[in-house]
Amino acid sequence: MELSGAKIFVESLKAEGVDTIFGYPGGAVLFLYDELDKAAGEIDHILARHEQGAVHAAEGYAKSTNKVGVAIVTSGPGATNAVTGIADAFLDSVPMVVFTGQVPRALIGNDAFQEVDIIGITRPCVKHNFLVKDIKDLASTIKKAFYIAGTGRPGPVLVDIPKDITDGKEKIAFDYPDKVEIRSYNPSIKGNPKQIKLAATALLESKTPILYTGGGVVLSGGAGQLTELARLLNFPVTNTLMGLGGYPATDPQFVGMLGMHGTYEANMAMHKSDLVVAIGSRFDDRVTGNIEKFCPNAKIIHVDIDPASISKNVKVDIPIVGDVKQVLTDLVAELKARGEKPNQEALKEWWDQINEWRKTDCLRYEQGDDVITAQYVIDKYWQLTNGEAYVCSDVGQHQMWAAQYYKFDEPLRWINSGGLGTMGFGLPAAMGVQLAHPDAEVACITGDGSIQMCIQELATCTQYQLPINIISLNNGYLGMVRQWQEFFYQKRYSMSYMESLPDFVKLAEAYGHVGIQIKDPADVEGALKQAIDDKERLYFLDFLTNPEENVYPMIPAGAGQNEMILV
Amino acid sequence: MENEFGALSRVVGLFSARGYNIESLSVAPTDDDSLSRMTLVTRGSEQVIEQILKQLNKLIDVVKVTDLSDFKYIEREMMLIKLEAKQVESMSTIKQIADVFRGKVIDLSNKTFTIEISGKGEKLDAFIEAMSDQIILEVVRSGCIGIARGNVSLKV
Repeated sequence: MELSGAKIFVESLKAEGVDTIFGYPGGAVLFLYDELDKAAGEIDHILARHEQGAVHAAEGYAKSTNKVGVAIVTSGPGATNAVTGIADAFLDSVPMVVFTGQVPRALIGNDAFQEVDIIGITRPCVKHNFLVKDIKDLASTIKKAFYIAGTGRPGPVLVDIPKDITDGKEKIAFDYPDKVEIRSYNPSIKGNPKQIKLAATALLESKTPILYTGGGVVLSGGAGQLTELARLLNFPVTNTLMGLGGYPATDPQFVGMLGMHGTYEANMAMHKSDLVVAIGSRFDDRVTGNIEKFCPNAKIIHVDIDPASISKNVKVDIPIVGDVKQVLTDLVAELKARGEKPNQEALKEWWDQINEWRKTDCLRYEQGDDVITAQYVIDKYWQLTNGEAYVCSDVGQHQMWAAQYYKFDEPLRWINSGGLGTMGFGLPAAMGVQLAHPDAEVACITGDGSIQMCIQELATCTQYQLPINIISLNNGYLGMVRQWQEFFYQKRYSMSYMESLPDFVKLAEAYGHVGIQIKDPADVEGALKQAIDDKERLYFLDFLTNPEENVYPMIPAGAGQNEMILV
Repeated sequence: MENEFGALSRVVGLFSARGYNIESLSVAPTDDDSLSRMTLVTRGSEQVIEQILKQLNKLIDVVKVTDLSDFKYIEREMMLIKLEAKQVESMSTIKQIADVFRGKVIDLSNKTFTIEISGKGEKLDAFIEAMSDQIILEVVRSGCIGIARGNVSLKV
């Protein structure tokens, strides 16, 4: 049977197993929406209230399932509004396919109504993008898009579809390819066995090792293998912001997050280590601090599926290009086959030293009777949810506190914007997570600044009855900006004070949700419990917190990992 | 790289986005019309060059990348240069210099010469220098193209 482009689009999504698509309609995608409507039930379309929200929701869906997230937006402003979400997905390696409508082919390049060159605009922030120029290429292009997005180092792929390809004037037989081959794209999965042997030897010879693991562990599904490796060797493990949950945070071998707001013990262990084993992490500047002072005595092993990540910022001694899960499986097998153990005496000394650093108790906080402390709210939420919630975060101080105080024991539970640092990410991401996990406890930890950047999505939550718990740490400031201004700009708080805040309780109620303002520390637990227990409603918990609280510890810009500000 | 629209801009965009310098660039289809071959000249430390190679390899449209400077290689560039003699007497000088550089006069008018010359970039620079006493009206250079010597070949 011959199908229109719009029908081919929908059938291709079905063939890919897409069950949820996030989007916002407009002129150039009307034919696609006409067909999507007919596919309801098989493919649920979720109507966001802004294209940025749609794309972040697709990210949330993808980040909590490791499936490819899908979004659809119209041409012109629909496409440009999606760009922030696309860039966000690019920096955090989120598997995602974004469909944009385009003006009819005959009008491309004419400055037509709602025309932008979205291929050109997104070129630097996508894994790849395609303009479909012929209906014959539509199905195979969609196949390629999903394949590229979900394999290798995942990332966003954009498919731009001109309106006249979808209009049904031209129909062709639908034949969705089973396989796709792209001659220039063959990600290496298996690590080089020689390199794995070298790594095994280095692991066994090390006296002060540390496993420094990132988002790649979560993305590859290699958390179990990482735990096996760490336990086998009894090595300490630190996670990057993106890697949280890749190793159980309540495990005694976990020394906390590293980097700018990481723990003292994690950063000191990195600094003093003789062997840094980077696994699916990329030596980001927030992790390394001053690169000149980074891990001065360490040999470095780096496992990553992206060869370009290796030796980009830091010279690596033993590179292993491959899928983290596969490489860790092989590495564990190699170590087991050798049956050797690292120097136990040295390792004991190393652990003694780490435990000494731990005594600084760098994450301690005090909750008095007067003002709510942000850390306390997160800590309580972690306790009340047994560490099992899906926690989405916006960007700023609350994000760092969430990362420090919510102890993730499982991967795919911590959903945040790490690379791009996109304020406004949290709420729409939480929608995607809640839709992927309808019965799960899902929180959006946010602040009075971030939440206002995609606040319109409260309407989407109403429409689809998403019982997200918004935990807003309202300090009346753009807290992270204020903190930097306090430290480095002599307390000149330029534009970081959020005046004219709305009444968030009334705002939540206006959208049909439950809003509660909490001022008294004694009420924190009760409010959290109420929100957690109610599985039907969205709660907007507006916690009025200490306005001038800072995130500690901190590595100031230009400093080394051993030069932390503790309190 | 794939002989497709947009492939060139992905490469050029990568260089500008990551702050790498392009000294010259030349691209055209090959005997296999699904492929274009690009020769790009850039400079950087060993680490930068390694990163450029990796980043280029990451582009889906790039099929294969080779650093020619890892091999013995031949490079060529073509130049078309249009000159006007300062005096009538220097017309024969122009012809003589062109001969020394194995340049060919490919067009003439009552006042101007157009000369075609090819070779390494330095040779073309030297030719321009040698013509500096004349009036140089136009210089068009193709950008460098290169190929490895001997049995080494860049094949897909």
